[in-house]
Amino acid sequence: MILSHEIPAASYWSLRLRAGRLLRLTALDGGAVCSTLIFADSDPVDRLNVPDTLKAQMSARIRPPMVLMSDRGTALCSVTGSSLDWHDCLTGHSLDAHVDAPGPSSYATDRNDWRRSARYGFLSELRKHGRGPADLHGCVNFFAKVAIGPDGTFAYEPKHATAGDWVTLRAEQDLLFVCSTAPHPMSQTWMPGAVRAEVEPGELYGPTDPSVTFRPESTRALAAAKAVLA
Amino acid sequence: MTTAVSLPLVESPLQPEAAVLDVTVAAGDGYVGRIPAGGSFRIVDLHGNQAVDTLFYDAENLANRYSAMDTIREQGRAYLTTGSRLLSVDLDLLVTITADTCGRHDTLGGACAQESNVVRYGMHTRHQHACRETFLRYGARVGIGARELGHNINFFMNVPLSPDGSLTFADGLSAPGKYIEVRAARDVLVLISNCPQLNNPCNGWDPTPVRLLGWWSR
Ligand SMILES: [Zn+2]
Repeated sequence: MILSHEIPAASYWSLRLRAGRLLRLTALDGGAVCSTLIFADSDPVDRLNVPDTLKAQMSARIRPPMVLMSDRGTALCSVTGSSLDWHDCLTGHSLDAHVDAPGPSSYATDRNDWRRSARYGFLSELRKHGRGPADLHGCVNFFAKVAIGPDGTFAYEPKHATAGDWVTLRAEQDLLFVCSTAPHPMSQTWMPGAVRAEVEPGELYGPTDPSVTFRPESTRALAAAKAVLA
Repeated sequence: MTTAVSLPLVESPLQPEAAVLDVTVAAGDGYVGRIPAGGSFRIVDLHGNQAVDTLFYDAENLANRYSAMDTIREQGRAYLTTGSRLLSVDLDLLVTITADTCGRHDTLGGACAQESNVVRYGMHTRHQHACRETFLRYGARVGIGARELGHNINFFMNVPLSPDGSLTFADGLSAPGKYIEVRAARDVLVLISNCPQLNNPCNGWDPTPVRLLGWWSR
């Protein structure tokens, strides 16, 4: 184990992850959500592109063994495993307007339990890395599910994840993760959960790896990642 | 796969003869322009099944740009049509769709790019023209760079989601003369790529021109 860190409920965090390593996220509470932006660490603009990831793999959700792809058509990371087959990526992250509903909250009144949105957390972490609002892009809400009706309507499923649910991501290039454990923006209650992040040395993989063989598009995105800095 | 969809079609009372903006965007070309608050802006699919990749920005603050995810979450539905309020990343209303004779538009399929074409179709497509090229070329005129390119709308494109969590590119619902019209809630910039994609049916395998019309007081 290279690193183990607990992101408390309704908090935010960032991680630079070396190519080849494995990031394991574990929900420590039922209903936990880990809203996550992913950037190419060594590139000023390349970042997770949710629409490109979905259309290349004909999916409206994130699940193993999908490859998460960037604006510039490279694999950022592969979803190597998960106890859940659905992680939402269609409905964005919470803003202050979503977390203000229970009434005003501030450090002065609530100390470190004051309610902060995922937007607050994202911008706070992005600024630490010299980034800002222009770097906000579609995120993955790990552990969250928003069901899709036959007519394209959305319904949040608050009981999707239980404590112990997990997902593992293999970095295909050096990455910057920006995470928030604020509740999902469609959640009707303020019930944030904590998430543990663990980094392990990854294992070498070959042409029979499930993410490589998933689809020709996945194979090509992984090949592009190998040539990001040729 | 054929799905019977009953779509709400809403026409606009505005007449092309009265428009102050009337431009035709050639196949594979682009456009950037300003729509003043209260102005109406129409995109006409002249020949049918032509994807029009579109982004909106708060004209006073480019970081306050169209957000696909915030827009569809707040309206509770994945597709755009008449009545859809297109929101910015700060949840400000940029434009409202006021007329739609096509019925349904995608905002989750993204824009084609030379690099993502390689992922989807192979290295032989690396040097084909793509929407992201057009977005960057026209965007540069007004200070929109790669970082400012959010997830776009694909007007006239049909990308159905299904309850099992899959996503497909289906045959278009559009036809010659179908149009979409929006009304600006504030001064906005509109950035358009008339999609040059040749490798899938989103343009009916033959990219064609579209017409842009605008109504506002000069
Ligand atoms: Zn295109």
